[in-house]
Amino acid sequence: MHNFVFGIYPYIALSVLILGSIVRYERDPFTWKSSSSQLLRRKQLIIGSVLFHFGVLVIFLGHFFGMLTPIWVFDALGISHGAKQVLAIVAGGIAGIMALIGGGMLFHRRWTDPRIRNNSSFADIGILALLLVQLVLGLLTITVSLQHLDGHEMTTFMNWALGIFTFDSKAASYIEHASPIFKLHIFLGLTIFLLFPFTRLVHMLSVPLRYFMRPGYQIVRSRRSEPLPARQSK
Amino acid sequence: MRVRAQIGMVLNLDKCIGCHTCSVTCKNVWTSRDGVEYAWFNNVETKPGTGYPTDWENQDRWNGGWERTKSGKLQPKQGAKWRILANIFGNPDLPEIDDYYEPFDFDYDHLKSAPEMTAFPTARPRSKISGERMEKIVKGPNWEEILGGEFSKRSQDYNFEGVQKQIYGEYENTFMMYLPRLCEHCLNPACAASCPSGAIYKREEDGIVLIDQEKCRGWRMCVSGCPYKKVYYNWSTGKSEKCTLCYPRIESGNPTVCSETCVGRIRYLGVMLYDADKIEEAANAADKMDLYDAQLGVFLDPNDPVVIEAARVDGIPEDWIKAARQSPIWKMAMEWKVAFPLHPEYRTLPMVWYIPPLSPIQNAAEAGAIGMDGAMPDVTNLRIPVRYLANMLTAGDEKPVERALERMLAMRAYMRAKTVDGVIDEAIADRVGLSGRVIEDMYKIMALADYEDRFVIPTTHREHVEEAYDLRGGCGFTDGNRCSTGISKGSLFGGSKKPLKMPEEVR
Repeated sequence: MHNFVFGIYPYIALSVLILGSIVRYERDPFTWKSSSSQLLRRKQLIIGSVLFHFGVLVIFLGHFFGMLTPIWVFDALGISHGAKQVLAIVAGGIAGIMALIGGGMLFHRRWTDPRIRNNSSFADIGILALLLVQLVLGLLTITVSLQHLDGHEMTTFMNWALGIFTFDSKAASYIEHASPIFKLHIFLGLTIFLLFPFTRLVHMLSVPLRYFMRPGYQIVRSRRSEPLPARQSK
Repeated sequence: MRVRAQIGMVLNLDKCIGCHTCSVTCKNVWTSRDGVEYAWFNNVETKPGTGYPTDWENQDRWNGGWERTKSGKLQPKQGAKWRILANIFGNPDLPEIDDYYEPFDFDYDHLKSAPEMTAFPTARPRSKISGERMEKIVKGPNWEEILGGEFSKRSQDYNFEGVQKQIYGEYENTFMMYLPRLCEHCLNPACAASCPSGAIYKREEDGIVLIDQEKCRGWRMCVSGCPYKKVYYNWSTGKSEKCTLCYPRIESGNPTVCSETCVGRIRYLGVMLYDADKIEEAANAADKMDLYDAQLGVFLDPNDPVVIEAARVDGIPEDWIKAARQSPIWKMAMEWKVAFPLHPEYRTLPMVWYIPPLSPIQNAAEAGAIGMDGAMPDVTNLRIPVRYLANMLTAGDEKPVERALERMLAMRAYMRAKTVDGVIDEAIADRVGLSGRVIEDMYKIMALADYEDRFVIPTTHREHVEEAYDLRGGCGFTDGNRCSTGISKGSLFGGSKKPLKMPEEVR
């Protein structure tokens, strides 16, 4: 069971995440959107949404680089495992609380405001609830981490995550003895990956960074099948 | 010089009777769906008034359109690109639906299904968004119709700037006019510039500004970016929508639905050639009063052989060049100078232009005593203050508006002399810088307004843009994903919407 959840389930979740997103983008581009409800009710949205998104982004980047950077990089940089763990606890803790407060506001708004409630799908409410549970679990792991600040347990998680991405068949065994809170946190995280393509979460793949690359501001499209001849200088 | 063609529109406000036929036919065709029942791609406002959405003209509040920064750069008023992206989690400039109005319907069914009661059954309103009972409707798409509401509220109208407005609250001095509004299909669209996804684009062939529904991600920056508030967020599909200038009709040479059905025959459609290289410079004129003239400078004379040659090089089809020569828009905007852009100070270079309305002479009793300029009344004695019109159409510059009103008065005087008195009075034409022949042309197009004079629309050259062979058996215009009919049954990826629960009437 342990091997299935932490050794095989990650591959199922990531496959569904990647293939599902590709299929949705290709087959159903009209449903690919952020589903903003700001037009319907501004109250609680601006503060809630900014707190939530900012917190979640910090946490996401922290997990991404914290888990997937090989541990020898930190060793080479002279950052001790304990220091890295303290950094993760402090940064993650602050961002987690921000995201939890923001997410709580968004959930309250979505659940109690009839305008928004009536226009929310099951997936809209469900995924927000799952993210909130995940945030709470993540914050609870801090209490476990605080009991041993040497950073050893953290490195086992890093080895597991790297193991998954390097097809290490023993990856699951690295975290066999981790605290159940951590295990639950990882399991729910993988489940969120699994659900990702079927929810509004897909909007995070559309971060419009290309906006900065756009020359000028305007976009003119031509439908000409044959391009016009190159223009001579005036 | 880079020549492009655009389908432009002119609305002759002098003839608008405020019947809302344009709005209703537009709604029936384009926005009779969930999520956009509050959206009117075309609406008619009674002026003076704060409009729809309320106070839309006040860009200090909404930050729509463009601004010229202190260093002389042109950027969206809501901020440069990094600023727009920084607001992506919560857009501080976005109107709430209550700024338009909460869409509602009535419980008509209760009228026939109600049990025997002591009180007569009524159809009470309920919200189309939440399905809940609405005790009181506080706003609608045309809340200030025919000067509805108190003057103190209506007079918040932005166009009163620089006008001593108190006297217009008095019954004897009041004035009103209609302002039909639609997307301006700007040469420098602020919505397209604000769109982080790059879903909004201007079409090279005919200048129509469209939103790619499959590329729109619902970041909603276009809604706040457009100073005319003519991009609407569909709260059901999560995508923005806007007036399409009925492009399927335009492509086949037909006028837009609003133009076709206009009872007063006030709408004109035609081709304008413009120089795409001059757009940024024109939109960035230092003084806002120069913006009207700057936009005139962007248009190219379709009778000029140099322009015609350049247009051919830039791939403008021959019949489009010919249509540009017959364009009623060119005549009214450039030759007679009676049509003006709506709020040029937003720096969007709008392409739906307006002919200002004439109005009765103030203090009609004294009309004989004052304000006659020769045979014609002085335009400053018209009931609608020229400054008010200038604030709306020329960024406050009264001279061009006065000249347009004088020319329209001259047209009336000249034709009255000709048809009633049987006298051709060239002096009337001379005084406003026209000739009798031009005035007769104006009369034909502006007063008689025959169908073929109003709409000079060349068809799209589909042979240049698509392979007809591939289109066999394809679907035409759709309203959603691929061949969808606009009714989404939903899929694994969402899209279905549960029907609203109807509130139970108290028995």
